[in-house]
Amino acid sequence: MNDLNFPILSALIFLPVAGAALLLLISRSNESLIKWISLIVSTAAFIISIPLFTEFNKSTHLMQFTEKHSWIPSLNINYSLGIDGISILFVLLSTLITILCVLISWNSIKAKVKEFYISILIMEGAMLGVFCALDFMLFYLFWEAMLIPMYLLIGVWGGSNRIYAAVKFFLYTLAGSVLMLVGIIVLYYQSGRTLDILELTAKTYPYPLQLWLFWAFFAAFAVKVPMFPLHTWLPDAHTEAPTAGSVILAAVLIKMGAYGFIRFSLPLFPEASRAMTPVMLALSVIAIIYGAVICLAQTDLKRLIAYSSVSHMGFVTLGIFALNLQGMEGGILQMINHGIVTGALFLSVGMIYDRTHTRQISDYGGVASVMPVYAAMFMVFTLASIGLPATNGFIGEFLIILGGFRANQWAGVLAATGVIIGAGYMLWLYQRVFFMETKPKVAGLADINLREIITLLPMIILIFWIGVYPNVFLGFMHESVKHLLERVNSGGAHEASIAKNILEIIK
Amino acid sequence: MPFVMPDLGPVMPEIVMTCLALLILLADLVIKRKETIAFLSIASAAIVTYLLAGSAGITFKGMFIADNYSLFFKLIFMLNVILTVLISVKYIAIEKVNFGEYYSLILFSTLGMMLMASAGDLIVLYLGLELMALSAYVLAGFLRHDIKSNEAAIKYFLLGSFASAFLLYGISMIYGLTGTTDIYKIGEEVNRLIGESKISTSSPIHPFTHSPLLLSIVMFAAAFSFKIAAVPFHMWAPDVYEGAPTSVTAFMSVGPKAAGFAVLGRVFLTAFGAARIEWTGILIPIAALTMAVGNIVAISQTNIKRMLAYSSIAHAGYMLLGIIAGTSEGMASVLNYMLIYAFMNIGAFAVVIMLRSEGFKGDNISDYEGLAKTHPLAAALMLVFMFSLTGIPPTAGFMGKFYLFMSAVSAGYVWLAVTAVIFSAISAYFYLRIVMYMYMKEPKAEVQLSASPGIALALAITVIAVLIIGVLPSKVISVARIAAAGF
Repeated sequence: MNDLNFPILSALIFLPVAGAALLLLISRSNESLIKWISLIVSTAAFIISIPLFTEFNKSTHLMQFTEKHSWIPSLNINYSLGIDGISILFVLLSTLITILCVLISWNSIKAKVKEFYISILIMEGAMLGVFCALDFMLFYLFWEAMLIPMYLLIGVWGGSNRIYAAVKFFLYTLAGSVLMLVGIIVLYYQSGRTLDILELTAKTYPYPLQLWLFWAFFAAFAVKVPMFPLHTWLPDAHTEAPTAGSVILAAVLIKMGAYGFIRFSLPLFPEASRAMTPVMLALSVIAIIYGAVICLAQTDLKRLIAYSSVSHMGFVTLGIFALNLQGMEGGILQMINHGIVTGALFLSVGMIYDRTHTRQISDYGGVASVMPVYAAMFMVFTLASIGLPATNGFIGEFLIILGGFRANQWAGVLAATGVIIGAGYMLWLYQRVFFMETKPKVAGLADINLREIITLLPMIILIFWIGVYPNVFLGFMHESVKHLLERVNSGGAHEASIAKNILEIIK
Repeated sequence: MPFVMPDLGPVMPEIVMTCLALLILLADLVIKRKETIAFLSIASAAIVTYLLAGSAGITFKGMFIADNYSLFFKLIFMLNVILTVLISVKYIAIEKVNFGEYYSLILFSTLGMMLMASAGDLIVLYLGLELMALSAYVLAGFLRHDIKSNEAAIKYFLLGSFASAFLLYGISMIYGLTGTTDIYKIGEEVNRLIGESKISTSSPIHPFTHSPLLLSIVMFAAAFSFKIAAVPFHMWAPDVYEGAPTSVTAFMSVGPKAAGFAVLGRVFLTAFGAARIEWTGILIPIAALTMAVGNIVAISQTNIKRMLAYSSIAHAGYMLLGIIAGTSEGMASVLNYMLIYAFMNIGAFAVVIMLRSEGFKGDNISDYEGLAKTHPLAAALMLVFMFSLTGIPPTAGFMGKFYLFMSAVSAGYVWLAVTAVIFSAISAYFYLRIVMYMYMKEPKAEVQLSASPGIALALAITVIAVLIIGVLPSKVISVARIAAAGF
């Protein structure tokens, strides 16, 4: 299946790790060399990931660019990698985001520079590993290994309340993950000693077991997403993390929860997932509205964007658990969108924070008059976050609400109100920060420089690209999503009606 | 009856170990440089390791068994000796107790452990256990001018004597029941006894109510739980770990614990193999309590040695899961974990030892504040060991725990595995606290590291092992499986 005759995914995962090892050898006083090496390594990883985009075969749901080696033969655990239409976009997103994180931290990280870039690069390797792993053990290894650099990123380079935020983040995520670990082990014995994800997802399991395991996996994924009511670590972590940490958290890390639902929970436990749909839809709708309403009350820039993530991720889980093609594709696209838009918002906030060193909204005002370029760019991100047509947010949210309506009318209606509140808090934020009278802290600030413009430019391009011609990206996932939905919706009581739905969708 | 010389081949490593330990005791009188003694003891361990390879067999009419199982444990003991001596050399000089008998005591204690691992007879087991324990009592009180060290030795001695008494009581009862002290013959007898009681009660649900046997199992469980520091027989551990010289604490946290698991595995799976339902009923609550108390009490510790003591209690709880599974797979996971635990725990103690310098005790957790700023390498190493003890990949600790939980689930104890993972998530709090102090706080006092080539070597060995086993565990797991194949 690997048409490139080159272990491209392994190269992608281990290049940043090797880069981190290289940084270990460099004297810590040579900061500019450290920065340049990180930039080169992360750019190289991005360049390596481009062939995935161009060589990807969109006409199949099968895994591509696969690699498989024996790892722990006595337990039948393999080193197995591959990507399909669902994971490819996340791989690309991760490689892109890492470059931006290196760029945004160029001047803002002043202490322990070496450790910072090592953490970022190891983080990249682990993130890519999570999206590429086709063996549960390998997946779990990357999934948890990610916690170490993230814990350090928040705890060492974060804001004033960083230690609390870092510990809370770590404990929440770990507690969820270990329950999944037991679930994985149970699955291993149920399936006759295999951890191969493709084999596991092709088998059927007894319904009561499915329910138990669904909740075990839920513990891990829902914390990561984060779904209401497990979201409380997120505002703290996002707010206290350094800009690069917030960006990685928002753009990639919290996508992993939703990715986990799609990749594991749905195909492994189709009947349990169908049975639990009402619960999941309810939690999603609560997250959408609750997250949005809380945003209105925030006085801290980063905290506001953090809570908006809760709301937006509610859309994503709503789309996934609508269990139809529109919802699912919308959900996946919205994950990418949210990664781009929220990532960009955190990057932008980081830029102005570097200048003013305050996150309080009340300290800002009239930024548009001193930083016009910055204000224009921020406007694009704001509108994309609201979901204005021609931006990517519109496509994602539209598909999700469409799918939501088909699954449950009330879910669709309530989710749509979330969009309205979203427009409210984002526009109000924009007004308070960029218009009104110029506050003393803002007066005389320099507009963003070339490095910062380069950091934000890819995001703007992507926002309009997806917004105007989403099929480039949706095209990747059609086959995989269809295949997944067949798996989830086949079997069980309402098979016939679902099959009809699928026919309709295909038409 | 003519005297037949027993085959000494299988017991050769132990004989050589005895001679070498005595030789070192004598050499101490003439050699003034204590580093030479340290080197000699490492050389002794190396020689014994070399001899271990060709020593398989059963001798003294089944009293002494040198099989793959005992071999694996003996390798752990040798590793323990080598690493302990490496981290001791400078430390005992700083503590001003630089005496040669320190090293021979370590060797004698290890000899006791080797006898325990190879014991095919309860008397040999008891002898080995006493030899190990008596040497360890002396080592715990080796800081003879330090009141805490004296307290540790007395406490360890008194409680250890109780545990030995329990063991003897258990042995005498099992002897009364079966008429033998041979572990394998006891296994056959117990099997027969249980078979009989099954027929006599003819109730399929709970057929076995042989109370003397049950009482004897309880006695064994209590004695071995003391050695592995399992709750509720753990009370000695925090005080002894804190009071004893740090190098001895490192030694005790691995050696006697491994030896305890060696005999626990052999006695419970072989001698009491037929009574599995009974002893799992005893060990399950012990394991659950051990994990709970170890991990929860560790949270409130302010002394790092005490914290690591509670952590080592908790780890005994995890390892009990493999014994409870009662399969060769379970035993393999215990062996695997024991080896990994040896690396990561001694590694952590090596960093703790480095903080001890002239006039600075360095065993408070607050002493670690800002270590990443003043000594980035030491902090990075401690970070690896702390994450490994928590069980976060890609470190060896994760692989060890994964395998243990796997064997527990495969034996049907899913809820026990869930308990274990929850407590292991709780444990993240206190291990991460060390990382947090090192990386996220500013240094308060100037901390001098007392590094030495020995410690550097020990740290290099342990950190490389922790990382390599964490990524490529396949070799270690398959060796552990071979070693445990007999059960």
